[in-house]
Formats: sequence, C-alpha cells, structure tokens
Amino acid sequence: MASITLSGVSKVFEDGFCAVDALDLEIEDRELVVLVGPSGCGKSTTLRMIAGLEPVTSGTIAIDERVVNEVPAKDRDVAMVFQNYALYPHLSVRKNLSFGLERRREYTSFLQRVVSSAYRREARAESSSIKSRVEHAAAMLGITPLFDRRPAELSGGQRQRVAVGRALVRDPSAFLFDEPLSNLDAKLRLEMRTELKALHKKTRATMVYVTHDQEEAMTLGDRIVVMNEGLVQQCATPADVYGRPANRFVAEFVGTPTMNFLETSVHFTEGRLFIMVAGDKVPLPGAVGGTLSPFLGRGVVMGLRPETLHPGAHGVAARVELIEDLGDRQDVVYRLDSGARIVGRIPSDTRLREDLRVHLPLDLERAHFFEDTDEGMRIG
Amino acid sequence: MSHPRARLIYVPLVLGSLVMMFPLWWMLNISLATPERAGAATVSTDALRLWPSDPQWSNYPEAMREVGSREWVGFLDALTNSVVVTTITVIATVLSCSLVAYALARIRFRGRRSLFLVMLATMMLPPQVTMIPLFLLFRALGWIDTLLPLIVPAFFGNAFFIFMYRQFFASVPEALVEAARIDGCGHVEIWWRIMLPLCRPVTAITAVFTFIFVWNDFLGPLIYLHADERVTLAVALNSFRNRYGGLEDVQYLMALSLVTMVPCIVLFFVAQKQLIEGLSKGAVKG
Repeated sequence: MASITLSGVSKVFEDGFCAVDALDLEIEDRELVVLVGPSGCGKSTTLRMIAGLEPVTSGTIAIDERVVNEVPAKDRDVAMVFQNYALYPHLSVRKNLSFGLERRREYTSFLQRVVSSAYRREARAESSSIKSRVEHAAAMLGITPLFDRRPAELSGGQRQRVAVGRALVRDPSAFLFDEPLSNLDAKLRLEMRTELKALHKKTRATMVYVTHDQEEAMTLGDRIVVMNEGLVQQCATPADVYGRPANRFVAEFVGTPTMNFLETSVHFTEGRLFIMVAGDKVPLPGAVGGTLSPFLGRGVVMGLRPETLHPGAHGVAARVELIEDLGDRQDVVYRLDSGARIVGRIPSDTRLREDLRVHLPLDLERAHFFEDTDEGMRIG
Repeated sequence: MSHPRARLIYVPLVLGSLVMMFPLWWMLNISLATPERAGAATVSTDALRLWPSDPQWSNYPEAMREVGSREWVGFLDALTNSVVVTTITVIATVLSCSLVAYALARIRFRGRRSLFLVMLATMMLPPQVTMIPLFLLFRALGWIDTLLPLIVPAFFGNAFFIFMYRQFFASVPEALVEAARIDGCGHVEIWWRIMLPLCRPVTAITAVFTFIFVWNDFLGPLIYLHADERVTLAVALNSFRNRYGGLEDVQYLMALSLVTMVPCIVLFFVAQKQLIEGLSKGAVKG
C-alpha cells in the first residue's frame, strides 16, 4: 500500500475555470480519506488527477514519495471504481475481473512460448496466478456465481461488486472511488457502504473516496476533506468535522437537518457578556464569554445543531410551525418571534402540536460561533 | 388495431415486394430459357412465361464454362480476383475507418475538428472527379493491370464509414475508456479490445456495404484491369457482349449474374440482425 501526497495542486481547464486551487493533502498509508462537497467543488477532478486521467496544471502529486505528475495512468499502480461502474459490456464478469491483469502479463511472447519450455512454464504459472487472484477477489465479494454473465445481465449492486472486484484483483497501491454508490437505490447503498467499510478493514488498503453525500462521508472516512469551489474547507476526522466545523460552509454542509444559524451580537452590560438572540438577552457562560469577548459590540453568527434544541420552561420564544414525524424521532420547525426559522430534533415520545407556543433554551456550551464575514470562520 | 385491419398492411407490403422481386424473377426466367426464347425475351415480353416450360438448368454450368476466353479458367480467375479484392478491401476498410474514427473521436489533438470537417467535405466530391487523377497516379506507380488500385485505397479509409464509426465511438462513455487506461491499455489496445468489439453493428454495416459495393463494382476494375486473367466477376460478365456491344447468349449472362448475386444475398441474411441494429443506432436513444 502507499501514501499519497498532494502539494499545491491546481487544475485550470482550457476555458479558464479553476476546478482545484492549490490543494495540499497528505493521505497516509492504509487510510480511507473521503473527499466530500457539493457538485463542482473539485473533488472528482482531484481524484482524476491522482488517477492520472487529468493532467495537473501546477503542483505535484506523489504516490509513496514518487512524483507521478508525468506518469501515465496505467503506470501509477492505482485502481479506480467509477460512478457508472465502467464494466466492459462485451466481456463476461470473469474477463472483466482479469482484464487489468491480462494487460500486465510479463510472459506474452508467442515465439518464446514455442521455443522455450522454461518460458512456457513461467507463462503457465502467470496464468494460474491470474486465475487464482480473480477467484479470490470474487469469493471475497460473493460474485463467483456470476462469472459467466455479462454486465447487462447483472443488477446494480452486482455490477458495483464486480467493479470493486476489478479494482481489488489488481492489488494496487491505492484504491480510488468516484461516487461509486450514487447510482444505487437507498437500501442497496446502505448495504454496499457497510461492505466497503468492511473491505477496507479487511484489506487495510489506502483508499480515496469521493462522494457528495455527507452521511456516506461521515460513516466511511477515517478522515474527511470537505471541499468547496476548488478549495479545501476542512480536513479532519468525521467527529471533528461535525463537532468543530472550520467555517459556516462546513457547518452547513455536514449534518442532517443542517445546522441553524442565527445572527447575534455581543454586548457587555452590568458586568456580564450577553448576546442578543431574536430580541432576547442571553448571558454567555464563562468559557464562551472568553471566546467571544474580542467581538464585543460586533455581530457574530451562532450555529445550533438541531439535536440541541428541545422545548423547555425558559429560553427564546417560538411557535411550532411544522412537525415531521420520522418514527424514531421528530424534526420540528420553529418560527421565532423575530421571524427566523430554525429546526430542532426531539425524541418521538415528546408531545408537541403545530401552532403551540414554546420556549427554546439555548445550550450555548454546545453552540458554534462564526465570524459574520463571507468566509464565516469559526470562533474558538 | 383490430385483427383484419392489421392484415391490410400486408397488401401494400406484398405489392411492394412483387415490384422489387420483378427484375429478379425476370433474370431467373431468362437464365433458365433456351437460347431462342432468351433472345426473343430481350426484344419482346411475348416470349416470357411465369415459369419456363422447359427450364435449362445446364445454362448455369455452361455460363461458368463460357465466361472469358478460356473455358472454366476464366470463371475461376474472375472469382478468385473478386474474392481477393473484396476480402482485403472489407478488412482494410473496417480497420482503417475505425482507427481513424477512434482518433477523431477520442484523441485530443490540435486541428482535430478541422480535419474531421475536411474529411466530411470529401464526401461531397463526385467519384468521377478523381477518376482521371487517380488513374494517372496509379499508372505512374506502375499499378495498372494489377489489383492494387482496387485494394490499396481501402487502407486509407472511407469518409462515410469513418463518420459512422466516429459517431458511435463518441457515444461510448468516457469512463469505459478511462477504466481501460487505468487497466493498462494504450490507444491502440483501447481501439482493438474495447471499441471494436463494442461497435459490432457499425462494423457489420461497413463490412456488408463495402462487400456489396466492391463485389458488384464494375467501373473500377474496368478502368484498371485489362488482361483476362486479372478481371473480377463483374467485368467478366461483360464477355457475353459481342464486339459491337450487342448481347450474345443472354441466358448465360443472366445465369452468371444470378450466381454473382448469391454471396451478397447470403451475406445480407447472415448479417441481417446486426445490420438492422446498426442502421437504427442513433435513431433511438438508449
């Protein structure tokens, strides 16, 4: 397996569009890193540059400390699983799996096969090695019974397994996955996600995984790289990305329902720090006050995760506008008196009804604060 | 549509088929006629019957024996020449057209679009325009009275078939090509191992159309081939004309014409499925 290092990597297309801008990323050996972000954020372009399918405009990509900018895709020793599987339609599953290995055969000379028995022996050993690798990978993914079928005769899940098997069989330095589950239905996607996670545990291979689905990213990745407009917004563990988002974009992108944002301002009255939320003065606890004190008299944006919002005896006044019952939980849309809408998540046994007036205690210890700027960087 | 009304569609279809079959029936009829009746049939329809009362099946071996200046050898020479020219031309056309089309569809290089347009423009050029320059060129190369002028141009592609292949290659998902690149294929291998097997319907059309055109081509062999032992079947049929352009032994001409048609008909039925699939490619999405 291998580490992958991207240093100042940029990609500018012929029409001048900058898809990736000075990307620095270190992917360690045996790590599963997920590149996540909205459409057009540059995650797939980054993956394609690692694969060698897209030339790098500037910067360097190194696989195991070997700079591969000029190395063709076939010589980078990486395997890729594509969004639409990209299985060869005219070949059986067995031949799809062995295709890459066949292209890398060392003993291919027909003439030498005829004249040299030693060469023939080596060629036979190579053939049986290919056969056993294909059978091993197929057994691992449970696709052995499909060996003689063509891709058109397979279901979506089976095709995806064959696509993964085709990568697996080559035993490459790194696996690259380009939104491999996005064509599957919700149930199958969940199953395949679990299988991929198990596969990573089993093989301990270096994997780079691209998705626009933040839930997929959170569950699969050892580390997550959140991208937007060609820039890395945050690179951290799933827990850190969720618990300490680097900026408003990350905070909004990660988590369902998304984080609620309220514009507030920091004030100092009667010897205490307050923030003004929807017309209410909310005193800041000591640690939070310390963090926000440099912003005295200025506006900040407060972010609240839906699971921190439960109706209580005190707090910001609001009206229940809508309740979405999800079975095990309820998502409640509240309308604050200031007109702002926020979403809370409460247990399914909590009794609420629409149009009910409630109070929402704000758990400021668990709140996130961001600068009131375009970048919206995290405070504290 | 109700059942009896559905059957009505067969009326124009059968009528259309009869019109299309008429020349074939006429040829078959004359090919089996006696020399007197065949001669009469060329000037008047009175001599024609729905089926000859005394079919002369011996006209067929006779026609093969009589063609050319040497008995049997003339036919075998012409058949061999036709088979050689057609086989090599079909293979060369499929390979050259698909290779050029792959480059135009999948390899990014400067001037790709302009080259494609220039190539398309050559389709507008009537073949009569290039006839004399090509003859002069082949004469300068010393290729007159050899099969080379009929074979070699096929290795340089045909604009129409290149266009067909190119449109098909452009519709193949890019990911398939990229997967092949990662699997270790270069451009030639991608063309040979991925693209060509995928475009069997287009190849079937190219092969069948080229076969029929080359097998039946009269003008090309007539211009470049002179010696009796060099001519193809289409030109050999001409030996049934007398020196004044009149027809002699018209029953033999018809018999040998029918024999000449057989490979085209067989090929059409063998490749029918692929051919129809190929012709409808691009007409229906998905």
